[in-house]
Amino acid sequence: MAEPKKMALIASKGTLDWAYPPFILASAAAAMDMEVKIFFTFYGLPLLLPKIEAQVSPLGNPAMPMSMPFGPEWLQNMNLKIPNALMAGAPGFESMATTLMKKQFKNKGVATIEELRDLCMDVGVEMIACQMTMDVFGFEKKDFIEGIEYAGAANFLDFAADADIQLFI
Amino acid sequence: MNDLKIDQELDCRGLGCPLPILKTKKAVMAMESGQILKMTCTDSGSQKDMPSWSSRTGHPILKTEEEGSDFIYYVQVK
Repeated sequence: MAEPKKMALIASKGTLDWAYPPFILASAAAAMDMEVKIFFTFYGLPLLLPKIEAQVSPLGNPAMPMSMPFGPEWLQNMNLKIPNALMAGAPGFESMATTLMKKQFKNKGVATIEELRDLCMDVGVEMIACQMTMDVFGFEKKDFIEGIEYAGAANFLDFAADADIQLFI
Repeated sequence: MNDLKIDQELDCRGLGCPLPILKTKKAVMAMESGQILKMTCTDSGSQKDMPSWSSRTGHPILKTEEEGSDFIYYVQVK
């Protein structure tokens, strides 16, 4: 049998919107019989905590569509144009935007980050926590979910050097 | 050609990418070679994703159907 394709991902961002791509790609690749490793570094590291508290910020993110996940269809399909400067001044705007995005995803049948992470584990995706980032931010192994590995840049590069797909997310 | 003998059905209606292919993969793994899985989903992206998944994994899609908003795939376990 041919050698399986390999994919090496770096997950470096911890906001709700950026938490999705590594888990979606990793689970899909594993479902396509690829061997997958995700290296979680910097702000991606909290995605390995048991409860993922990822939020999304519309601030400084003017391309983010804002719409209501409830109410009549015409309202749901309307993109609310709220100037970035207004959002910056509104307390609680981030948690509101996060709630709306989660609701929107749920309405459209998109799995939660935790569900996708569990599915990744089920299909054999290997997850590696960046030891250096853990030391810098004060995380310990007991803080994270079980079944992950701990390593540094050289370990990731060793795998990535022979991978068919390498993505920095 | 409605003579396919379906061994298992999988309902992925309402689920977004990548859940239909993940659930298909899990179902196929638990089945035996030659058996046929009927997977139904509403994700229109599956029209491209399922053939890609099939060609990568080697589990052939014997037949594809569309019924209203449902996309139906008959996958044979390799």
